[in-house]
Amino acid sequence: MRARDLTDLALRNLREAMLRNALTTLGVAVGVASLVAMLSLGVGLQQLAAKRLSQSGLFDTIFVTPKNNFRGMGRPARDAAESNKPPRVLDDDARKELAALPNVMEVNPQVRFFTEVRFNNKPFATVVAGMPDSSKNSGSFDGMQGNFFSSPTADEAILQIEFAKDLSEDTRSLIGQGLVLRYAERQALASSGNGGAGGNETGEDSGGFSVVPKELRLKIVGIVETEPAAGYGGYGNARLLMPLQTASTLRAAQVNDLRDIVRDANAKKTTYASLSVRAKSPAQVETLEAAIKKMGFAAFSLLDASKSLQTFFSVFDSLLLIFGSLALAVATLGIVNTLVMAILERRREIGVLKALGAADSDVQQIFFVEAGVMGLCGGILGVSLGWLLGRAITFGTNVYLKRQNLNAIELSSVPLWLVGAALIFAIVVSLAAGMYPASRAAKLNPVDALRYE
Amino acid sequence: MPNSNAAIHLEHVSRHYTMGETHVRAVDDVTLSVPGNEFLALLGSSGSGKSTLLNLIAGLDRPSAGSILANGQDLATLSSLELARYRRNTIGMIFQSFNLLPRMTLEENIELPLRLAEVERTDRGPRVREALQRVRLTHRVGHRPTELSGGEQQRVAIARALVNRPRILLADEPTGNLDSSTGEAILSLLRELQAQLGMTIVMVTHERPLAERFADRLATMGDGKLLATSVAKGQVQ
Repeated sequence: MRARDLTDLALRNLREAMLRNALTTLGVAVGVASLVAMLSLGVGLQQLAAKRLSQSGLFDTIFVTPKNNFRGMGRPARDAAESNKPPRVLDDDARKELAALPNVMEVNPQVRFFTEVRFNNKPFATVVAGMPDSSKNSGSFDGMQGNFFSSPTADEAILQIEFAKDLSEDTRSLIGQGLVLRYAERQALASSGNGGAGGNETGEDSGGFSVVPKELRLKIVGIVETEPAAGYGGYGNARLLMPLQTASTLRAAQVNDLRDIVRDANAKKTTYASLSVRAKSPAQVETLEAAIKKMGFAAFSLLDASKSLQTFFSVFDSLLLIFGSLALAVATLGIVNTLVMAILERRREIGVLKALGAADSDVQQIFFVEAGVMGLCGGILGVSLGWLLGRAITFGTNVYLKRQNLNAIELSSVPLWLVGAALIFAIVVSLAAGMYPASRAAKLNPVDALRYE
Repeated sequence: MPNSNAAIHLEHVSRHYTMGETHVRAVDDVTLSVPGNEFLALLGSSGSGKSTLLNLIAGLDRPSAGSILANGQDLATLSSLELARYRRNTIGMIFQSFNLLPRMTLEENIELPLRLAEVERTDRGPRVREALQRVRLTHRVGHRPTELSGGEQQRVAIARALVNRPRILLADEPTGNLDSSTGEAILSLLRELQAQLGMTIVMVTHERPLAERFADRLATMGDGKLLATSVAKGQVQ
């Protein structure tokens, strides 16, 4: 029989027992909906985590330090030949070289120093960190109170919420107010050897530097929940954030300054304790990290953690798939039951079809098409229901988050591949469920079937 | 030896089956030839094996022994698919209880064999209308079987059996559910259609008087055996 006639007969049969077939289809729909809802949550959570982590800069950033920085931390000693070579210094030449590497988006120094802040004439000790302008889009500043820095060179500060609470109970009232940053500025000393300041950027001469207390008034423009990349690549969480360019011009004394003096008294170049190299995407981190290590620096990224995260979500999605499929498995039993009932009811009709010349395969295909149509309709309905369920869960979660003064999130996601896969899965499972009834119908003895009352 | 003019030839055909511990000889060593364009009536009491013999000729059942030649084909050698094709193209069947599909209109019922034979959609309409004209039911177009009388339903069944232009028409008690005058009308119609279309008819019936009147030849069965064949009285006169 031709496909169009087969489909026509199958649809006619389905319409004949409308209520029963509709209920069976609804069963499939519920199964598919549970599958889609579960997986949409899995996919949504994965996307959310990936987006947040990607925005945070943790997974596309490589932290570069001179090789000697991490020695003696339980790491194996390097071979003698290598240890005889002087370690490569992280200076401006190195910074330019790093910036020239392929797939590098930006290279920023880590400016981070411990200092004192005065607010309403009261002193508060804290760590200050310079934030590059690109961190504005990191996601960490989403939903912050106030605004991000108005310009990369503004004398402005963003406070971490706990620090803001130390300053005032009404944190929102802090925005627009000023505070005074007291810090130790490096000032070059005259060299005993060559006399006069060298030509380096920060003005320190090879003879060393003196430390002079300085003050800078900063306007509080925002309050943020956490520091981006907190505790990573620096010593302790910064509680006061300021534009990186502003922080760099302060020439505030940092922990590596003393080391640099001791290491190389003749160095006339600015050196950095560490630089953060941002790749264009997390996928390029691995090759970039290898290239940086080849340049003679120590490099560290959270790529391994990212891989672990992917493994975690693969396992998580598999579990959701299994639990979601349970409902669909129950629904397939419904299809088997419906079609077996249909065989009993249409036994005589099957006999008539065979007497009129229907082959076993024609009868089998009619039942297959019926199962497939139930699967397709159940699949379409199920994907829609699953999507709605995901939206409802997202809505409910966001209502809760709003009450907790937290930002809304996109908890579920139904990508096109999930829609396609769910539909195909529903049809395949339904066809599998239709196999037994279809085969049973095809094997009916026409003489017995015609005698059936 | 098979008659070369025979549309159907049965040679020592038996159909035995077991019911519990009982061995039933539904058809027992029947040899019979039905020439082309003959109207043969199979008579006999209930359980005599006439319906089983009809099912064997229809290819709905397979003989335990013997051979059946129908329209030149040895049914014993045909596969299940080939038997289905044989039923579709060579055989038309009508039943005592009409066996129309109640959810379909009478045109859809008549169209069913055309669908199975994969006849082009454009050809189906004219062939269904032609079949309806032959059984004089054009005024009932659009009705469902339950809206028709018994006689009309059997005429629809005849139209359905003939729409694929079969060479052999098999009728299993076609008047069994009809009153005598309607039964007569149906047999009269069958006779008329046979004359128009030139086909062989094998009819199973209990009603000897009707068979004597409308059939060419009678074959009487008892206990699965063919007891006798005779020329129908209607034809003798």
